[in-house]
Amino acid sequence: MYRYDEFDAAFVRERTEQFRYQVERRLKGELNEDQFKPFRLMNGLYLQLHAYMLRVAVPYGTLSAPQLKMLAHIARKYDKGYGHITTRQNIQYNWPKLKDVPDILADLATVEMHAIQTSGNCIRNVTADHFAGAAADEIEDPRPVAEIVRQWSSLHPEFAFLPRKFKVAVSGAAHDRAALKFHDLAIEIVKNDEGRIGYRILVGGGMGRTPYIGYAVGDFVEKPDLLAFLEAVLRVYNENGRRDNIYKARIKVLAQSLGQTEMRERVVREFIEIKRAGTLQVPQEERARIEAYFAPPAFEALNDAPLPTEGALGQWVASNVHKHRAPGYAIATLSLKPIGGVPGDISHEQLDGVAQLMDDFGYAEIRTSHEQNLVLPHVKQSDLPAVFARLKALGLATPNAGLITDIICCPGLDYCDLANARSIPIAQKIAERFADLERQHAIGELKIKMSGCINACGHHHTGHIGILGVDKKGVEFYQLQLGGSATEDAAIGEIMGPGFGENEIVYAVERVVDLYVKLRQPGERFLDTYRRLGMEPFKNIAYQEQLHAAH
Amino acid sequence: MAQKLTANRLIDGTVLYWRAGEWTESFAEGEVLASEDAAKAALAAAQDFVARNLVVGTYLFELKGEAPLKEREIIRAFGPSVRPDLGKQAVR
Repeated sequence: MYRYDEFDAAFVRERTEQFRYQVERRLKGELNEDQFKPFRLMNGLYLQLHAYMLRVAVPYGTLSAPQLKMLAHIARKYDKGYGHITTRQNIQYNWPKLKDVPDILADLATVEMHAIQTSGNCIRNVTADHFAGAAADEIEDPRPVAEIVRQWSSLHPEFAFLPRKFKVAVSGAAHDRAALKFHDLAIEIVKNDEGRIGYRILVGGGMGRTPYIGYAVGDFVEKPDLLAFLEAVLRVYNENGRRDNIYKARIKVLAQSLGQTEMRERVVREFIEIKRAGTLQVPQEERARIEAYFAPPAFEALNDAPLPTEGALGQWVASNVHKHRAPGYAIATLSLKPIGGVPGDISHEQLDGVAQLMDDFGYAEIRTSHEQNLVLPHVKQSDLPAVFARLKALGLATPNAGLITDIICCPGLDYCDLANARSIPIAQKIAERFADLERQHAIGELKIKMSGCINACGHHHTGHIGILGVDKKGVEFYQLQLGGSATEDAAIGEIMGPGFGENEIVYAVERVVDLYVKLRQPGERFLDTYRRLGMEPFKNIAYQEQLHAAH
Repeated sequence: MAQKLTANRLIDGTVLYWRAGEWTESFAEGEVLASEDAAKAALAAAQDFVARNLVVGTYLFELKGEAPLKEREIIRAFGPSVRPDLGKQAVR
């Protein structure tokens, strides 16, 4: 994985000391809150419902064992013993004290981590396919590109004060596991008819209160031109994005108002200007230098073997193990969705336990996923039973990856200052309702995603079943959306109708799921059945037996 | 409608409640501000603590009986509903 060079190390060290000084000045009263707030946000520090919250960057979701141990240490020493994996592959702590944050950042810096670009109107921490470097369907590992973008975007003077935050994702595989079409900007690694690898650039996707699916502004950008093209997009946005209305300031609004043709033309005009100036090439030597950091481990010459199918191990393999590019290897998902648990939460003991597992099995890295799980990318198939046993002891072997209880869920009103409704208790109740593993497997792939407010941190717009918590005169209600998808067949879920009460929503979801099981044709996922039949039958059944009037 | 006044302590973020010119960590000990005038006066007095950089984010919220009216303030007063071992509810 990427290792800091002298510049990176000095940059993070200096930022940490700058923030230490800013905190000192704040506590002495030399800065008031209005003056201090931009500084703390630039270092990932929010003030939430109960306390401060520190969001730590996990660039492209890749972590080493020493980094996991440090995250465990921070949870133990400065917080309340746990962290929360976010839908942007980061980890956040819910209870740090302001006075401790400089020390936390200094500790993070010792393992080449920080909290920069996790907040504010900047280019945020870049996310990537969590199966990067391991997926069987991959053209190229997306992480070198993500790292190049990180280096380009950190402290970029022209883009330090964008109209609004700017989220970038990268994928190098045919199957989109990075929700590309719902990012401000997405880089898809593609191969052209001549067999040359380049980039398809999408812009204008997003969720939040006005969800849009991104569209292509560059169909095949040559590798050396990547940053010039991205700079062109950012310039068009920086110049034309709205700064008068926070709700209309994201690039998705600009992309929609201009339309694809005009947006492409503006980007290409900027791109030609930048090219004409002759700057911003990414030389092959520099790309090769960065790619070397992401070289895969030396895979042994193995053959694929039949994977376990029996018992608890077989159940775990069926849902949590995926095909690897190298014969004899597998990708293993560590579910952070135990039935009745808090989606995405991980304790310091678990963080340490996974780090120890990595050391014992010789795994150099692990991934966080936007689905709020962890992923071991390179597991020998012959090691799966032993890895499973270790994960089981850690409480990380819930066999539900991609199933109905693998729910993406934002912190909601239990933690978040912006939330209108609780989301975690609803996710827990749904998971408990569908806890039966046979039933989960019989239902098959079904992605439930839930947010506690319109900001959509829980990606509800892209859930096969999406749930949005709303506040109606002080009472929590939950709207259902059906048919969303974050993958290559991207779709925004359709709102079913009036919301359900806290005690109704789980029943409504169950009626919808049961109807799908009844009506599906062989091989159909929930999403396929929904697309074939439309909303009406699901809406009818969802409201049919509702005991209380919907609001 | 009766209200209480809340803020976060600057140095550690702890949720605080106004009580007769001072702050307490306990929701139950927070002063019930029965009238709009009393609420406005407390909010104005609290600005001295903001100016002295002791608290941030002062605001008033409504009560229903002795409890907060809104779920948000109930959770803020006691802790995450999904983690009874955390927040103020954990030390009661």
